[in-house]
Amino acid sequence: MSTHEGDLHVGHQFEDAEQQLDSYSAGMWLFLVTEVLFFGGLFLAYIIYRTRYPEAFVAAHHELDWQLGGLNTVILITSSLTMALGVRAAVLNRMKAVLGWLGLTFLCAGGFMVVKYIEYSAKFEHHLFPGPNFEFHHAGIDPGQAQMFFNLYFAMTGLHGAHVLIGMITMIILVIRLWVMRKQRIDFIPIELTGLYWHFVDLVWIFLFPLFYLVGGN
Amino acid sequence: MSAAGVATKQPEAVNYLNVDNSIKSWLLTEDHKRIGILYLVTIALMFFVGGIFAMLIRLELLTPAGDVVMSDTYNKMFTMHGVIMIFFFLIPSIPAVLGNFCLPIMIGARDVAFPRLNLASWYIFTLGAMLGVTSLVLGGVDTGWTFYTPYSSSFSHTPVIIAVSGAFVAGFASIFTGLNFIVTIHKMRAPGMTWFRLPLFVWGQYATSLIMVLGTPVIAITLLLVAVERGLRIGVFDPALGGDPVLFQHLFWFYSHPAVYIMILPGMGVMSELIATFSRKRIFGYEFVAYSSLAIAVLSFVVWGHHMFVSGQSMYLSMVFSVLTTLVAIPSAVKTFNWVVTMHKGHVKLDSPMLYALSFIGLFTIGGLTGLFLASMAVDIHLHDTYFVVAHFHYVMVGGAIVAFLGALHYWWPKMTGRMYPEPWAKLSALILFIGFNLTFFPQFILGYLGMPRRYHSYPDEWQTLNVLSSAGASILASGFILVAVYLLWSLRYGAKAPANPWDATGLEWKTPSPPPPTNFTQRPIITEEAYNYPIVLAKNGEPDEGAKQEEAEKHEHA
Amino acid sequence: MRLPFANIPIWPEGASKAAFEMDLLYLVIVGLTVFFCIIVFGLVIYFVAKYYAGSKADRSNPTFHNMPLELAWSLIPLALGLFVFGWAAKLFVEMQAPIQSENALNIYVVGKQWMWQLQHPTGQRENNELHIPVGRPVKLTMISQDVIHSFYVPAFRTKADVVPGRYRTLWFEPTKVGKYHLFCAEFCGTKHAEMIGWVYVLSPEDYEKWLQDNRWGMGDEGMTVAQAGQALYEQLQCSSCHAPEQRIGPPLTGLYGSTRTLSDGRRVVADYDYLRQAILDPQAVTVSGHEPIMPLYRGQLTEQEVIQLIEFIKTLSAPEAPPVAEAEQSDDSGGNG
Repeated sequence: MSTHEGDLHVGHQFEDAEQQLDSYSAGMWLFLVTEVLFFGGLFLAYIIYRTRYPEAFVAAHHELDWQLGGLNTVILITSSLTMALGVRAAVLNRMKAVLGWLGLTFLCAGGFMVVKYIEYSAKFEHHLFPGPNFEFHHAGIDPGQAQMFFNLYFAMTGLHGAHVLIGMITMIILVIRLWVMRKQRIDFIPIELTGLYWHFVDLVWIFLFPLFYLVGGN
Repeated sequence: MSAAGVATKQPEAVNYLNVDNSIKSWLLTEDHKRIGILYLVTIALMFFVGGIFAMLIRLELLTPAGDVVMSDTYNKMFTMHGVIMIFFFLIPSIPAVLGNFCLPIMIGARDVAFPRLNLASWYIFTLGAMLGVTSLVLGGVDTGWTFYTPYSSSFSHTPVIIAVSGAFVAGFASIFTGLNFIVTIHKMRAPGMTWFRLPLFVWGQYATSLIMVLGTPVIAITLLLVAVERGLRIGVFDPALGGDPVLFQHLFWFYSHPAVYIMILPGMGVMSELIATFSRKRIFGYEFVAYSSLAIAVLSFVVWGHHMFVSGQSMYLSMVFSVLTTLVAIPSAVKTFNWVVTMHKGHVKLDSPMLYALSFIGLFTIGGLTGLFLASMAVDIHLHDTYFVVAHFHYVMVGGAIVAFLGALHYWWPKMTGRMYPEPWAKLSALILFIGFNLTFFPQFILGYLGMPRRYHSYPDEWQTLNVLSSAGASILASGFILVAVYLLWSLRYGAKAPANPWDATGLEWKTPSPPPPTNFTQRPIITEEAYNYPIVLAKNGEPDEGAKQEEAEKHEHA
Repeated sequence: MRLPFANIPIWPEGASKAAFEMDLLYLVIVGLTVFFCIIVFGLVIYFVAKYYAGSKADRSNPTFHNMPLELAWSLIPLALGLFVFGWAAKLFVEMQAPIQSENALNIYVVGKQWMWQLQHPTGQRENNELHIPVGRPVKLTMISQDVIHSFYVPAFRTKADVVPGRYRTLWFEPTKVGKYHLFCAEFCGTKHAEMIGWVYVLSPEDYEKWLQDNRWGMGDEGMTVAQAGQALYEQLQCSSCHAPEQRIGPPLTGLYGSTRTLSDGRRVVADYDYLRQAILDPQAVTVSGHEPIMPLYRGQLTEQEVIQLIEFIKTLSAPEAPPVAEAEQSDDSGGNG
């Protein structure tokens, strides 16, 4: 770990900074395990209905714009990189670099949400939102089954989007905290934990993108 | 609870109770001991509410006709009884109250790894409990605690979304507690506290926490989907909306069967503490008992389908689940035998915590063995959803989990409050509870095989006698619980002052004053011996036996 | 069976073929339970009495480990558990496997909040009551119209969840004439406890008599289930597309039990569940070579009517010359009439 640990604030329950850092990382990893399981239930539902209604899922996925989805994938992967650089800068105690990288990451996250908004509003316009007004016309496809695709699409990307929003809020809090404690050595633990979280959010999208946008192949 | 007020009456050493008395200091506390007390107050209230519903249910079932309340009211009563007792009492009972209070002390830590997260978990839990109570105030939910779809998502006219949100929110409290314990046990042990020197209660908590962390997110997302299906008509489970109701059952039981072990594993940990202390002997087969907890935690995740033998799932799937269920029973059997044999050549004292421990062994043995009936697929076809199931899980949940909780509460009460409770009353109430419990639930086994379905508000006349017996037992049981509450509250003010180690037990929690100081220890403990290192007698012929080799000579004099 | 000294029932009547063996298995597990309870309770009492603090018992050389003992009390319960599992699995398969007998009496069951609607193949309808002959296997084809119910007859030691959206079958063979409880075992809402009734097991003669007496009772003017289905078929004008000469919808002759190729390439067997979906939600299972133009009947037909239609389609299996050609033309690989 960093040689600067000695300057960090150590909670009363810990013996030293190393134990503190170890505990926080372990806790964050464990939290991410719970997140995997949280999404796991939805992935399971996806697999079940995908196998049950293959035709409808392929037909329905043509309604999604894979280019926008691809753009979002690029944006998120970029944000993962900027986040990693931000964490590195924090460990090295470079305040300006941290602020810069966090800002960039935040912008990427915002960009992701804007693209998501464009996609969602297109779906609403075409009555592809689950509920009584759902409309889907495609020869040989049961609209009910296609609706299941959109149920899962909105449930899973919606939950993922909520995670992106939480990440953005966390970044704002981080920046405020950095500003308040600007005279001190950077407390890199929260930034590192946020980084872990952000990589997880990115990873979930890496799974969601092919499942929804590239499901059919041709 | 007025525990804080009591401690200030006399001049005392600074302890976690008298260090600061303001309400604010309680509501913002990050001390694991105070958070444990906060949890105790909350779940005691929830237990009271859930218990009232239990009494009303037994009152209704006194007569075959549904004459005390309307059927809708009855359906709401058993639902609220189940929801409150399971999500807001049993799941947090031992981990969040006694685990929170004792676990850091038992491993020689000043606090859990994440004290603020710990406090947050209590607030989240309380919010969940308040949502549960809100659904009650709004008229109550009538789906059964299992929230089976499509009834819950499309047909019920009750505030299902609020109740489901309550369980959903409380789930996060459970995740946070589990996460906190796992990290604490991994990272916060005092020097010399190796894994195999940990008290078995800590092993039990560790296994429990694993289930909390791995299982709870799945129920969370499942309940969220029920709420979404109900609120937005986004169908995942309702066939009318293109969904599959049996998928709900799979997801629900994937968590809710392990959740049974969230309730019982900590109780098993408590048993090991009580039996060792009151037999003055190290637990027989420590490693077996420790590993069996982990085995239960792992196996608990692959048996959920035994709740669905009659649901229409594939016959072969049922067989796999049935044989795995047989396997998960073995670690529990191993534990039971190890507890019993621990008493061999011990110095058995029948203080009230030990009475609870012995009644746990009895009731849990019956509860566990009756699980064998239900794991046997053919017999389950007949017994599924009858009173046999009700009796079985009450033997495990009340006879196991709640009896263990009461045993633990009595055992650690002097440590938590600094006061002794009146022992004769405690013995009497343990006896009353044992008798009342058996009278309440044993007749239900018979009713189950006779075919009485559960969740029935009225029933055929010929089953009245057995139901009357059960209701009579319930009133005995209730008076036992009331008695416990009365003398425990009484002891807060009038109980004798507790010494640091009233039971002459080993374990770090008994090496610190009662009540403990805010940071648990004045000096960081260093551990040099095994858990339960009670003195033993060497052979008269002078040849030390295996287990006695490491014992020091000074300890011989005890015999 | 009742306790001799008090009027307390302790054993339910057994009136089906499976009941005897299940009772035996149950008693064996009761025996195991009692056996283990005696061991555990006996040891607890013995140790408490002998090693009560202050007693003069010999406490020298206590042991804390004993591998053979640990293994013994792990493996012996495991072996006993597996024995019980094996027996239970055998009985379970016997009870759950599809019935082979040709002689079975088919009863159609629709569960709905809060009643059981039952129909005999010859058309007699009953609500919350079921009359069946003794000594003949009875096969129930069950579906729910709303939430999950569970058909439970304790005297037959059998039950099965009745789920919306898919058919379940359950069979049993009554062995004793009598009147037995019928319950709904899965919580289904307000009047769950009133979704109960009686199963009357009659002698074959009495059953015949009952059938005759109820010929004009609740049935559709004495029509069998399949006849009622045919009437419905005509009333809904299904033949305007499905009649072989129309060449619009796939012909129905020989449909039941055949293998169909759907427009998305899946091959499915035209069983009860498939036909139900093909009627209610036809566009989900459009047969290859046909346009998805059939209207949806979801919400238009009751579950009982669907069953009648399917039973009617089942009767159309007699091979006739024209439909064979039609079936081949429609790319229906299994439509061999």
